Amino acid sequence: MAMLEVRDIHTYYGNIHALKGVTLEVNQGEIVTLIGANGAGKTTTLRTISGLLHPRQGSISLDGEDITACPAHELVYRGIAMVPEGRGVFAKMSVQENLEMGAYHRSDRPGISADMERVFTLFPRLRERRRQVAGTLSGGEQQMLATGRALMSKPRLLLMDEPSMGLAPILVEGIFDTIQAINKEGTTVLLVEQNALMALSIASRGYVLQTGQIVLTDQAEKLKKNEMVQKAYLGIE
Amino acid sequence: MFRRTLSRLSWVDLFLRAFQLVAAVVIIIGLVNTFTTARYTSGQWATLVFSGLAQGSIYALIALGYTLVYGILLMINFAHGEVYMAGAFSTVFLAIHFARTGFLARSPLIAIVILILFSAAISTTIAVLLERIAYRPLRNAPRLIPLITAIGASFALQYTFRGLYGTQFRAYPDIAVLKGTWNILGFDVPLVQLVVFLAALGLMVVLYWYVERTRAGKAMRAVSEDKAVARLMGIDIDKVIVSTFALGGALAGAAGVFNGLYRPQGVFFLMGFFPGIKAFTAAVLGGIGNIPGAMMGGLLLGLIESLGPNSVLEGLGIPATNQLKDAIAFIMLVLILIFRPQGIFGERLAEKKA
Ligand SMILES: Nc1ncnc2c1ncn2[C@@H]1O[C@H](COP(=O)(O)OP(=O)(O)O)[C@@H](O)[C@H]1O
Ligand SMILES: [Mg+2]
Repeated sequence: MAMLEVRDIHTYYGNIHALKGVTLEVNQGEIVTLIGANGAGKTTTLRTISGLLHPRQGSISLDGEDITACPAHELVYRGIAMVPEGRGVFAKMSVQENLEMGAYHRSDRPGISADMERVFTLFPRLRERRRQVAGTLSGGEQQMLATGRALMSKPRLLLMDEPSMGLAPILVEGIFDTIQAINKEGTTVLLVEQNALMALSIASRGYVLQTGQIVLTDQAEKLKKNEMVQKAYLGIE
Repeated sequence: MFRRTLSRLSWVDLFLRAFQLVAAVVIIIGLVNTFTTARYTSGQWATLVFSGLAQGSIYALIALGYTLVYGILLMINFAHGEVYMAGAFSTVFLAIHFARTGFLARSPLIAIVILILFSAAISTTIAVLLERIAYRPLRNAPRLIPLITAIGASFALQYTFRGLYGTQFRAYPDIAVLKGTWNILGFDVPLVQLVVFLAALGLMVVLYWYVERTRAGKAMRAVSEDKAVARLMGIDIDKVIVSTFALGGALAGAAGVFNGLYRPQGVFFLMGFFPGIKAFTAAVLGGIGNIPGAMMGGLLLGLIESLGPNSVLEGLGIPATNQLKDAIAFIMLVLILIFRPQGIFGERLAEKKA
């Protein structure tokens, strides 16, 4: 049984049929990537898994338990955290308060302090700026904060939506190194990326999403060599 | 095409600038006239300042209710004046009862605290019911819809309380210990004003601490910034919204008792209208959605209302200026909305996303 099982979900925005039967699985300990063009439905998939949207059809289960109708704020308690597209830091709150919000559902103070220490070790920049208002951080720092905030919830499954978006290439490498480090410490990762080459280099498996449907899935190494993937997502003719 | 809109815009601009200038000149002429003729003594001015601060602190407490709800839902709860009325009107009966039994004279402090808690409880209940029944079903409706509902809810509440308690004015009983004055810097300040001002200030400090420092307060700020991300943090936004209405209601309820102690006119079922709209003005003045702004806006409006008639209007030779008090708030509301809709301390409204 996979940790996360998404079975044939159909998600709508009003009348817009955004996901037309998406099926995917993520096993404990994996990094799985979901790639696809702009508007393919990657963000919608993550929002549906995290409970911000609910599918009209299909089911989602975590550790074998059905979570299809579970509201977003309860899924945090079950170990799902998301780094949203565009980072979504609370701009008017301080770095420290943002991190505290990540641990909102927890009450083990010593554990929270220890995890904040761990985030500060992972991202020393955040320690320097802990009292600063998040809106004044650079894009790279905001991405660190959004990632750190997600880690504060002690997630077992981390959903990341285009963490490299809008960042300088030098920072992008850092982000991918961090994702690998987080994964090595035991967190399962479902990674959505436009930067397909980077994503496929750190993932074990990948799914290709096209206009709301999964059109291809394979080992990451094999996807990198796939002709269709090379043409459409890796810019290789 | 583009040229034309540009030139039209600049005409409007020009008109507004001219209007601003004229308003400033008129105010200055009024002030100069008043102070060169030395109509009032400094003691009289001090009296106006103190009563302005006391009244202003009551506006501030009500204004916080508008601003808290706006911060979370981007919605003006126009029934908030009735939330205030509900507490003040219901509590007058308990106050009269306390006066009859002599409890109010024997232990005024305890009695007043009980009155405040009672009024806050009533107003909180009404505010929470309002959210549940009138606003929650419309949370995803276009913004005009809850606004209209608020006005309907306002009438419904007014006439419910009219049905419950009748159309008569009821006055809060006199409290002997509040009758005295206190000497501050050589000026005699009525004790009741001092008590109202300090108690209101105390509540505002507690609110500020709650929003800035507590876990629930931080969750409230998170929801006001981004609801979807707040949910991803495990925050149940329905609970936060209810608690925001409850908090605003509690402050309005307390303000209702302060008003009863401070003003002898009495309470009745339409009493919420003026304070409601004035507190709304105060909230807009401070920048709607901004908590310290609502506090400062309330105090400022109280002072302007108190000092304005004697300092500016009389200097302009306008008769019976004190009857224009209520007009001042409305004129200010219009002027702020035209010239500085984001308020004095406010950020631009457009920056906030729905
Ligand atoms: N809030 C929304 N309302 C209506 N349609 C939306 C909304 N968000 C996304 N869509 C549509 O759903 C489809 C999938 O979008 P999205 O999941 O954001 O794609 P991706 O993340 O892969 O770029 C697109 O066609 C997009 O236009
Ligand atoms: Mg997207």
